[in-house]
Amino acid sequence: MTAIFGVPVVVILGQLTLGLVNGSFYALLSLGLAVIFGLLGVVNFAHGAFYMLGAYAAVLGLDWLGIDYWLALFLAPAVVALIGIAVERLLLRHLYKLDPLYGLLLTFGLAVMAEGSLLQFFGSSGQSYPVPPALQGALNLGFMYLPIYRAWVILASLAVCLTTWFVIERTRLGATLRAANENAPLVQAFGVNVPFIVTATFGGGVALAALAGVLSAPIIQVSPLMGSSLVIVVFAVVVIGGMGSILGSIVSGLALGVIEGFTKVIYPEASNIVVFAIMALVLVVRPAGLFGKG
Amino acid sequence: MRPVILAFSAAIAVLAIAAPTPAAHADSDQVVIGDIDDLSGVYADIIGPGGVDAMNMAISDFGGTVLGKKIVTLVADHLNKPDIGAAKFREWADQNGLNMVLGGSNTGVNIAMSKVAAEKKIPFISIGAAGASLTNKDCTAYTVHYAYDTTSLANGTASTIVKNGGKTWFYLTADYAFGTQLQNAASTVVKANGGKNVGAVRVPLGTADFSSFLLQAQGSGAEVLGLANAGADFSNSLKAANEFGITKTMHPAALLAFISDINGLGLPTAQGLYLTTGWYWDLNDDTRAFAKRFFDKRNREPTMTQAAYYSATMNYLKAVQAAGTTDPDKVMAVLKSTKINDMFAKGGYIRADGVMVHDMYVMQVKTPDESKYPWDYYKVIRTMRGEEAFGPITGLCPLAKP
Repeated sequence: MTAIFGVPVVVILGQLTLGLVNGSFYALLSLGLAVIFGLLGVVNFAHGAFYMLGAYAAVLGLDWLGIDYWLALFLAPAVVALIGIAVERLLLRHLYKLDPLYGLLLTFGLAVMAEGSLLQFFGSSGQSYPVPPALQGALNLGFMYLPIYRAWVILASLAVCLTTWFVIERTRLGATLRAANENAPLVQAFGVNVPFIVTATFGGGVALAALAGVLSAPIIQVSPLMGSSLVIVVFAVVVIGGMGSILGSIVSGLALGVIEGFTKVIYPEASNIVVFAIMALVLVVRPAGLFGKG
Repeated sequence: MRPVILAFSAAIAVLAIAAPTPAAHADSDQVVIGDIDDLSGVYADIIGPGGVDAMNMAISDFGGTVLGKKIVTLVADHLNKPDIGAAKFREWADQNGLNMVLGGSNTGVNIAMSKVAAEKKIPFISIGAAGASLTNKDCTAYTVHYAYDTTSLANGTASTIVKNGGKTWFYLTADYAFGTQLQNAASTVVKANGGKNVGAVRVPLGTADFSSFLLQAQGSGAEVLGLANAGADFSNSLKAANEFGITKTMHPAALLAFISDINGLGLPTAQGLYLTTGWYWDLNDDTRAFAKRFFDKRNREPTMTQAAYYSATMNYLKAVQAAGTTDPDKVMAVLKSTKINDMFAKGGYIRADGVMVHDMYVMQVKTPDESKYPWDYYKVIRTMRGEEAFGPITGLCPLAKP
């Protein structure tokens, strides 16, 4: 059997694939954070809670209303985005003039409240969500059996990530968004409704988190605390990619998923800290992040 | 970068604030029972707020007073942090006239609390923790390990699976005191029964994706996948094992699973699992009677540890009554010389090293077809006598000679 550094190639390919699956989640989540930070300057600590709400929206939609997975992929992010929009309009909006720390504390507090409330209603052991029938089964890749659902996660999140990147970096709409961030009064003077754009952007970022939640529901146990540890990793990913960098968050999300996957083989005990070790290194060498400007 | 660093500090600051404590003052007219548990984290369904209800049910059934003194309770969330658990214990002992503490989930926190129990001479009934070290190398004269431990789990699940032909084992182990103790206990049992331990991987607590580790397990060629983890880790590892088809080639063994975990996973995923428990709500009329009262309050069936909270509170109060005092040494003497006969245990007794020896049950999770009504999840494969389940006195605890 061929081996690289004593690790068989089939193992390397297997872990690479699994790393890409996890990286897809990191990319999708850090993308939403980067969009919100890049365009609004808000450090959204409730991102993990929105991710969790997305997963719960899918579970409850199925249990209570019989909404299937495919519909939930659209409906759950839409419902959670509405919650996000309410948060932005009613609460966050008043903090834009203050230090970013206030927005961060507000979103952190909201996250704790959301998690606590769901814990009260649904308990900590969580709920299961079935893999949709069309995506059940596994693909034989030669080096491993990859569940079809995991392959779908990679494809779906890559498609969403690239679309988001394209819209923001390559379209007129994206140009307006970025301009509104650079100089809101001027863009407003051109007749663009900037507060509306800000609200829509926040809703969009939140919808990305909720979409990641729906995508993860069939894979992991849906529980109120599922986002609380993930959000910290995702923040590290955003810092590594460069705060606010769209492409940076996508690339570093995927890369860190893969690096974490290899750590799980080489030295499993370190797999939960490897991302933070890299973050520390990046902050020392390139404080603005790998793709950041500054 | 500054906001992120500040955020981490803010998060840590928020998490470090423990839940508020109801006021109670050092007062000899009261008997004070404390409950220190994970009330809001990953283990909150295992005991948590349901445990508080069970404790209060026992106090109310006892009549609310003992030796003419009012029974009051204190409740704190240890947030799975040993320092918080130990600090609350010490605070209540110093300021609130604490008489007894029920220890909730988390072996690490319980070990820290047992040190305070020894220092302050306060009976400490550890219920949620699995680690058997609480009654061997970490034992104290005031610790009782009440519901189950890593030894009894291994003696139940591991020996049953080895005897059914699962000879070679690979472990997914939660990387802290509980996981390693559970893996060691299972490895010992597997070896003693003629099986072989082919490998293990230590997984950081709270890992969401287990697929990398499962591929390693599959690569080992072992027949049995020993899950030496609990709560969300257990659920997520079993789900991924199903998804990757690993359960077709390896037999999963739940070294610790609670009925709340099985309920969360659902029978389609959990069916066929072997597990060991100290109590099940649907064992007999006594257990069903308690379960019905509990269900009316919480809309869930009680876990073994919630039932143990009721039983431990009740038996502590009976011991105080019998001793005619709350003096810790006298109460411990009564506890250790009185048989426990209630809905939780029949003929149970507390050994010199603190183990509450009682029957344990090896269960198999029913298939969706076998399950006839809500929460009808287990069938009894084997009842283990307490002596077999908890094993002989190890000699590691200076209080008890083998």
